[in-house]
Amino acid sequence: MTDPLVRARNLVKRFGDFVAVDHIDFDVLPGEAFGFLGPNGAGKSSTMRMIGATSPRSGGELTVLGWDPDQAGPHIRARLGVVPQEDNLDLELSVADNLYVYGRYFGIPRRQLRERMTELLAFAQLSERAQDRVNDLSGGMKRRLTIARSLVNEPALLLLDEPTTGLDPQARHLLWDRLHGLKRNGVTLLLTTHYMEEAEQLCDRLVVMDKGQIVAEGSPRELIANHVPKEVVELRFEEADAPGRAGRVDGLASHIEVLADRLLLYTEDGNQTVEAVLNRGLSPANVLVRRAGLEDVFLRLTGRQLLD
Amino acid sequence: MASMEIPMSLRPLHYFWTTFVRQWRSDISTTFLTPVLYLASIGLGLGHFIAHGRALASLGGENYLSFVAPALLVTTAMQVAVSRSTYDVYGCKNWWSGAYRSMLATPLSVGNIVTGHLVWIASRGLMASAFYLAVSAAFGAVHSPAAAADLLVGPAVALAFAAPIIGYAVTVRHEQPFVMIFRLVMVPLFLFSGTFFPISQLPAGLRSLAYALPLWHGVELSRGLYLGRLSSLAILGHSAYLLGVATIGVLAARSTYRRTLAR
Ligand SMILES: Nc1ncnc2c1ncn2[C@@H]1O[C@H](COP(=O)(O)OP(=O)(O)OP(=O)(O)O)[C@@H](O)[C@H]1O
Ligand SMILES: [Mg+2]
Repeated sequence: MTDPLVRARNLVKRFGDFVAVDHIDFDVLPGEAFGFLGPNGAGKSSTMRMIGATSPRSGGELTVLGWDPDQAGPHIRARLGVVPQEDNLDLELSVADNLYVYGRYFGIPRRQLRERMTELLAFAQLSERAQDRVNDLSGGMKRRLTIARSLVNEPALLLLDEPTTGLDPQARHLLWDRLHGLKRNGVTLLLTTHYMEEAEQLCDRLVVMDKGQIVAEGSPRELIANHVPKEVVELRFEEADAPGRAGRVDGLASHIEVLADRLLLYTEDGNQTVEAVLNRGLSPANVLVRRAGLEDVFLRLTGRQLLD
Repeated sequence: MASMEIPMSLRPLHYFWTTFVRQWRSDISTTFLTPVLYLASIGLGLGHFIAHGRALASLGGENYLSFVAPALLVTTAMQVAVSRSTYDVYGCKNWWSGAYRSMLATPLSVGNIVTGHLVWIASRGLMASAFYLAVSAAFGAVHSPAAAADLLVGPAVALAFAAPIIGYAVTVRHEQPFVMIFRLVMVPLFLFSGTFFPISQLPAGLRSLAYALPLWHGVELSRGLYLGRLSSLAILGHSAYLLGVATIGVLAARSTYRRTLAR
């Protein structure tokens, strides 16, 4: 059996009396892409910072690349790539200088670093902007630079905290391709995201976090199979009064979610459920039958939508 | 040729040097222009009105320029250190620079960051001292080759101020306190630490305060070296004092940096 690259047992993070990460266990195996999914404030970033050996844990066990972050922070960080949720680029410096200075922190020799920078600038599609101040870049360009910069030391483990927030769809798909490429080359990926599509595209396994705890774990397919029925019927009403209608669909589905403008009916057979709804005399403005996805697992487990 | 591994504690200098190269024009005035103006005004003008008779004797027999120039080297080092250890630290910690947060994601430790930043500030003290020494020599205010040792005094004074101040600056949430440091610490020290007149002129209480604070020790050292008349014991005492303050400051800064940056 291969040893996990990251191993957490009873991992806790407290800020004063507040428990941000509440006794969580997980293993990240070499070469896999592992995701943290959860609503705002779930404790995803706090967990990422502990793994990144920049935030000391308040309790429990944690090993990263075989080391304890409390004892071997510098060794761990030397082999990590970190994309924090908020960019921490130097706005006053140029794009190239940001890469250069960061690379030098890792002790990469100058000549080698120059070559690497050329590749990374191309990776971030910023070759033409190399001499511009970071302050003058768009939000998405800054994000791409942060991601490129995290690769400067050719990390074994890449931590990506909401990597594609702020990217346009094209840049997002391009980044997914690049991340698949890194994974093929043996880089282990750990990411948090609010995008279901991203989780489904990238993650071999993921955990759903809520209020500091892990509430479910598995591959995207397992999570869907274990937590929600196959299909979802979405009923949208004209007067945006979904909650008022909720009582009238009682018993028609194994589970019903009430959103402001919609009712979601979870069921094994969508068409049959639609028929039953219409038989009760309801006339929704819009009816949609679709397969259940991670979004539904998430809603079911946390009672919240991913993007609120 | 195999390239040398740069020690972790010096790697933050890549950042400071890069920003310096990009922006040196904007802080050239504190470091270079102001001292020249001071020396010119005293050497060419003010000095001729002071220092006759009894006053001259109490200054140690040299002209007023020779009395003030070595002190100004030290106050300049202090000024450079205080400006570099307030706003710069605040900037490095906060969003527009992100420098500290970047460094923390790399093999650098919090201790390396403290050391690196202080080495940089001491280097700025050295640059200012070297320039100052050259200018005051050109004005004829240097009377002993021992003045070359001022290239160590400047950085030592810079450290004695920078170390405690960065430890404080990293904890503040807004910039207002820095103005207070300038007004309530730096300006009084500049005026009353034996820079422009011997502290024997001060009332006893204020004199003890001057003895207790680092600037006076730097001024004494520098003046002794410029004029080439300071006992080894005095040199030792003043140096030990400055390094002691710096050491305590470094320890304090390491602790506040750790508390604020590793959360
Ligand atoms: N430095 C800090 N000091 C105090 N509380 C903090 C700190 N960092 C995070 N928290 C708190 O810990 C909780 C978890 O925050 P965290 O940033 O880990 O959530 P998250 O899952 O990443 O959320 P989001 O999706 O919004 O990024 C929040 O309630 C937050 O307010
Ligand atoms: Mg977060």
